[in-house]
Amino acid sequence: MEFYDLYRKQLGHDLDSFLAGITPGEVSDIINKNRITETGFLALLSPAGQKMLEPMARKAHGLTVKNFGKVIQLYTPMYLSNHCTNECAYCGFNVRNTLGRRTLTIGEVEEEGRIITKTGLRHILVLTGESPRNAPVEYIGKCVRKLRQYFSSVSIEIYPLHTDEYKTLIEAGVDGLTLYQEVYDPEIYDIVHIRGPKKDYTFRLNAPERACRAGMRTVNLGALLGLNDWQKEVFALGLHARYLQDKYPETEISVSFPRIRPAQGGFQPKVTVSDEELVQMILAVRIFLPRVGITVSTRERADFRDNLIRLGVTKMSAGSCTEVGGRLGGEGRDSQFEISDSRSVPEMRSTIQKLGYQAVCKDWLTI
Amino acid sequence: MDLLKIGGKEISSRLFLGTGKFASDSVIPDVIRASQAEVVTVALRRVDFDDPQENMLQYINKECILMPNTSGARTAEEAVKIARIARAAGCGNWVKIEVIRDNKYLLPDNYETLKATEILAAEGFAVFPYMSPDLMVARQMRDAGAAAVMPLGSPIGSNRGLKTREMVRILIDEIDLPIIVDAGIGKPSEAAEAMEMGAAAVLVNTAIAVAGDPAAMAGAFSLAVKAGRQGFLAGLGEARPYAEASSPLTGFLRDRD
Repeated sequence: MEFYDLYRKQLGHDLDSFLAGITPGEVSDIINKNRITETGFLALLSPAGQKMLEPMARKAHGLTVKNFGKVIQLYTPMYLSNHCTNECAYCGFNVRNTLGRRTLTIGEVEEEGRIITKTGLRHILVLTGESPRNAPVEYIGKCVRKLRQYFSSVSIEIYPLHTDEYKTLIEAGVDGLTLYQEVYDPEIYDIVHIRGPKKDYTFRLNAPERACRAGMRTVNLGALLGLNDWQKEVFALGLHARYLQDKYPETEISVSFPRIRPAQGGFQPKVTVSDEELVQMILAVRIFLPRVGITVSTRERADFRDNLIRLGVTKMSAGSCTEVGGRLGGEGRDSQFEISDSRSVPEMRSTIQKLGYQAVCKDWLTI
Repeated sequence: MDLLKIGGKEISSRLFLGTGKFASDSVIPDVIRASQAEVVTVALRRVDFDDPQENMLQYINKECILMPNTSGARTAEEAVKIARIARAAGCGNWVKIEVIRDNKYLLPDNYETLKATEILAAEGFAVFPYMSPDLMVARQMRDAGAAAVMPLGSPIGSNRGLKTREMVRILIDEIDLPIIVDAGIGKPSEAAEAMEMGAAAVLVNTAIAVAGDPAAMAGAFSLAVKAGRQGFLAGLGEARPYAEASSPLTGFLRDRD
């Protein structure tokens, strides 16, 4: 059985009336439990949960400190290529958008890597669009081998692969995968992914599991918030994380909650997710899955990110740039999306320290 | 003097210290001082040898015995590689083996840990395997050449105390190696309890690292470990599960004449 088989059964349920029927008292009872069921998790996402944010925050804070300490892991993204064959309604790299398309040479990858290492960061996330012709697995493997000379941990956020391709990249030195389903609802998925290989919903949905099977050390899931009712998406995301955590205990599972940001193409989100709602989902996931990592990127504003640190976040990006070769003198025009927190790595580190946490730049090693 | 002979050394402090989860590595010197710990464990994955300013080893007093750990290893092979990297980097020959294939509870894999212990002990390391308290495996660890056995009190970071009390007691009774309770100890009183039972030492990390005042908590643990040890050495009276009958049940045997 793969995750889709399990998730399909959920799709038939009437989540709206369940969520509407939950009371703050029921939420309070769930917060006080040691083990949270899937139904309990859903209840934490209810409108009643919105009235219980403070007690949820206290529980989530305690669980996070106990499991992860007062530590925030830092990483930064590096865009290798923005060539893309997909037409995704919300994305700046959409094949229909006019932008300077570029794939870094190995030399450029090394140069940008060198620039990043000067900041002290030792964890890097490399990204591409979906263009196996311009950025094939072999090319990504070469980039990873080069970067592994400079970084302790190299993760990928690229198009979904087959198990043996994940194995190839793991051998090249990849230890983490980030792959967002974007939207778990299959019908909406089909609408916003207009054209291209990304239209294959189940191939993407089951990709994180293929990575686990290939022996990936960390796998990070996410739903792009704004495409569907967030409660349904976060519920599916939580179930997905739990499913992988149970089935592949060797892999560290983490989740992200990316809110849609303005990008070239001017896509208008179907729903707007408020700060309060984003906080609620972070707390609910922490209470449901105490050991899961939670990542917050520079999509979010600096002040808001700072406030999230105490609520359950374990990983943050810093000194980000969403443009290919952006650190090599790009002009910032051809980015995937606009970032909201443009603080440098030293600024991030000193802020995290002021908040009583330690920013950790290295938490893995090449073995 | 009550010295602990372990890994080819003699030490007087029976509180071992972990260095993860601190809000700042810069508090570690104060914590070490307050704890009076002589053995400090560091996850090699966190050490950045290329960046002198970021290298957390700078915070560890040179007089301390460094015990690098293999946190992050999922197999014996990975643990062995990490141990070798640590030794090659000048971290000495003590190593705490952590092999964890379960990210949900962070429980150790005794089988892989045993395999790593066999290999590393044969290479001359002083091997400290972190394990679930299991008598059969502990015997095999001893036979493989482990310097000590480190059973968990409860899962890492859980602060739940000595949930494995009876199993740890059996290891203390049966294994002629130092038994060091590692993981799960959340309060000084629980550290004292482990020491009263006859544990050779305890390793504490989370409870100190996330305390409101880590150095003060380290001091509290230091006192608790000493108190527990002294209680053990003084010979604790057996706790009685039932009340003593005021007239002896077998008194008639003496009264027959």
